[in-house]
Amino acid sequence: MEIHAQESEHLATSTGLPNIKLAMWLFLASDCMLFGALISTYVLYRGASVVGPYPNDVFDIPYTSVSSFVLLASSLTMVLALAALQRGDVGRSRVWLLATALLGMTFVGGQVYEFTTFAHEELTLTTNLFSTSFYVLTGFHGTHVAIGILMLLTLLMFSFSGRLGPEKAETVEMVGLYWHFVDIVWIVIFTVIYLIPTGNPA
Amino acid sequence: MSEAERSTGLAPQAEAATGSHQGSGHVARHPSPKEYVRIAIILAIITAAEVAIYYIEAIEGLLIPLLFLFALVKFALVVLWFMHLKFDSRTYARFFMMGLAGAITLFLIVLLTFRVFAR
Amino acid sequence: MASVSVRAERPRGLLRRPTATTGFWSWFTTVDHKKIGILYGITAFAFFIIGGSEALLIRLQLARPDQDILSASVYNEMFTMHGITMVFLVVMPLSAAFFNYLIPLMIGARDVAFPRLNAYSYWAFLFGGLFIYSSWFLGGAPNGGWFGYPPNATVDPSLGMTFYSLGLIITGIASTVSAVNLAVTVINMRAPGMTLFRMPVFIWMGLVVQLLLAFSLPIITIGLTEMFFDRRFGTHFFDPAAGGDPVLWQHLFWLFGHPEVYILILPAMGIVSEILPVFARKPLFGYQFVVFSGIAIGFIGFGVWAHHMFAVGLGPVANTAFGISTLIIAVPTGVKIFNWLGTLWRGDIRFTTPMLFSVGFIAMFVIGGLSGVTHAVVPSDYQQTDTYYIVAHFHYVLFGGAIFGLFGGIYYWWPKVFGRMLGERVGKLNFWLMLIGFNMTFGPMHILGLQGMPRRVQSYPESLGLSFWNLVSSIGAFLIAVSVLIFLVNAVASFRKPKEMEADPWDARTLEWTTTSPPPEYNFDEVPVVHSLDELWHRKYSQTQGGRVVPVPAGGSGEAHGGGHAGGHGIHMPGPSYFPLIAALGLPIAAYGLIFNWWLVGAGMVPVLAGFYGWILEPSAE
Repeated sequence: MEIHAQESEHLATSTGLPNIKLAMWLFLASDCMLFGALISTYVLYRGASVVGPYPNDVFDIPYTSVSSFVLLASSLTMVLALAALQRGDVGRSRVWLLATALLGMTFVGGQVYEFTTFAHEELTLTTNLFSTSFYVLTGFHGTHVAIGILMLLTLLMFSFSGRLGPEKAETVEMVGLYWHFVDIVWIVIFTVIYLIPTGNPA
Repeated sequence: MSEAERSTGLAPQAEAATGSHQGSGHVARHPSPKEYVRIAIILAIITAAEVAIYYIEAIEGLLIPLLFLFALVKFALVVLWFMHLKFDSRTYARFFMMGLAGAITLFLIVLLTFRVFAR
Repeated sequence: MASVSVRAERPRGLLRRPTATTGFWSWFTTVDHKKIGILYGITAFAFFIIGGSEALLIRLQLARPDQDILSASVYNEMFTMHGITMVFLVVMPLSAAFFNYLIPLMIGARDVAFPRLNAYSYWAFLFGGLFIYSSWFLGGAPNGGWFGYPPNATVDPSLGMTFYSLGLIITGIASTVSAVNLAVTVINMRAPGMTLFRMPVFIWMGLVVQLLLAFSLPIITIGLTEMFFDRRFGTHFFDPAAGGDPVLWQHLFWLFGHPEVYILILPAMGIVSEILPVFARKPLFGYQFVVFSGIAIGFIGFGVWAHHMFAVGLGPVANTAFGISTLIIAVPTGVKIFNWLGTLWRGDIRFTTPMLFSVGFIAMFVIGGLSGVTHAVVPSDYQQTDTYYIVAHFHYVLFGGAIFGLFGGIYYWWPKVFGRMLGERVGKLNFWLMLIGFNMTFGPMHILGLQGMPRRVQSYPESLGLSFWNLVSSIGAFLIAVSVLIFLVNAVASFRKPKEMEADPWDARTLEWTTTSPPPEYNFDEVPVVHSLDELWHRKYSQTQGGRVVPVPAGGSGEAHGGGHAGGHGIHMPGPSYFPLIAALGLPIAAYGLIFNWWLVGAGMVPVLAGFYGWILEPSAE
């Protein structure tokens, strides 16, 4: 195996795997620790709030489940965008990328609306332990989504200026991995925070 | 579409760059768009089921184990198919598992020391 | 030469792509791992002087009983900043200096996987460190200890711990990003023929350290975020009145903090593993054992964190479990020690300065390791915890261990990096003074701790009978200072020598010694092909039937290939760039904004976005 010090995209590597994909998986692995810490903070403090409102008082499960569907759908559109680009169908890839970004924005918009509703119901950041751990956890997740949307819009920008052809599929794959990760974190959050019941303190 | 593209779904240069035929000898297979849609439908159905059992009082005792099972299945589906880990080099999976298994183990221990599960 | 001159200058909007790879300004735009390594090294050493001065002030205050040279509140800032500085701004970046400079050279690569990201890591580290230090002038330095336990840390009214939480998040980002970069480099960019088990031990330790960083830093990032939110916005993460639990912080901190100490020691262990064979003229004894021990230490290192919490009240089950895991981790550490001793045994030993520091490392680290084993015994630790006995332990492993190892590395690789040797006689003086001063400073602390002197006290009364050893300790500290000054004299003097160093002045074993001293920008004229562990050694020497080592007639490095005169044709290296620095600059600006003024947060986002967009629009090489 020879190594030629040329453009990095075509550098042969020791494992045969591209640097950027290896890097992204390693980064996502480390991000598991990040969300692990936040989620376990929430789980630790479940039921420990001294004052309300409590989760049962504010959660709207049907509403949030729509958010879940939206994010799951965005994972589908993301992978379809990648598949289209790998097939060489740049036009299709653009459509699916746009769809992913829009679904992502819908999700974030939904979160913002949800938080605003909670705030009207007297649950703000510092109200109690529940609000503290809830807002920071979902806020971190939402920020991850927002960064993902920024990356998607950047990809779209490249695509519209003709610079996102099939040879750039790897880059789209990277953004895709990040996006799906954000989705699987939400799968955990939806179950652990919203669906698993927290009894209100007596 | 060329033979190479049809088998791997990748244009030749991209294929070379990702080295899908090197190293471990795995031939990277890509699910078709139809397969992806099928996975997405399964995900949607499971999500609907999750919400449904949330409201069914009759199985309240089973709620938490079922919810965990559903979440696990959804997690696995997205990671294995959408993130392509089922078809990719084991190396990626090893690194991801380090982080995932590490996080689960370490934080379970932390929660155990707080006796969270004994409450 | 080709690699330096062939670069297109293409104006892009306001900023022209920088092209210079030499000269003062090139240091701000460099993406060359060697220059970045030097930047880390210089910065770390500057912080070493500062952190050392903080230590001297502490020792001055404690030299006699009942003094008030430093008031209690200043004293708290002093020991806090000393700890933060030494851990985050000295040992970690000094290790990073070695990793950055040497990893590509030792694996036969031309640079790291992501050169601009590498530069970004350095600038983020520098800005994070400066940010933390600016707190002295902006409302008080951090004063809650380097470990920042709430409620003290969350409730303290000065701004210090807010700077602490944000500053360490910034340096954490730098290290996390660098960890991914270097891990991918080691895994993916080795020269042909360099399988994992032909890699030098230093590279293996590097890989383990990067993985430790990648998996431990996110945890403290969350802890720091929670602390920041509690302080700045009034959340309740660690607020007992609202149901919060300060022990959560301790878990989050030590889940990072324990792997962190292995992050601090493994690089030095790697360095020592390289130096001993060269100056014993023998291969490292038990290479595979040393490698696997390093991996084991990294892995088990994630399972011992609560030994920092034995006195917190986790209960006998938790305490026992962590006591056992802590005893277990002594085993792979011991394995390494025996392998190093085995390397020295019957070796043809040259006691050069790097060798002295390496042998000193082994001795001092064993002492520190032994006291560590005593902490693992839980009831024994109840006596020792929060006393000077603990202070003795961690200084023996971190100073006698890590710093000695790093100094050995400095003396060893100085000729490669700067093209001149550090003086041997002055070097030996440096070593002996440092060894004596170090033992004088920290040896007595074992006694003081067992006599009951608590940590983190601004003063002690005469009646406790602690005065004598405190005085000895303080005198020792000033001896250390003299030894560091001697090093600085040695360093400055070396630059007066002409820059004419051979490729392989020490008759060494690894690939970095096959190229010129210093190496050209592209590292190697031709990418080396590797056939064995200790590749360079095997090119130079073979063994006779009787086991004698004889030089290979025409082989080896001799002079480095080309030495620049053949080389560099058609090798395109990644070009310099402004954007890593610009993107990193946004971090402290936003951090100031989070403390003082929301507009600054927005202002900080501008360079972050501009930096990243410029970066992705710019090709990595032109």
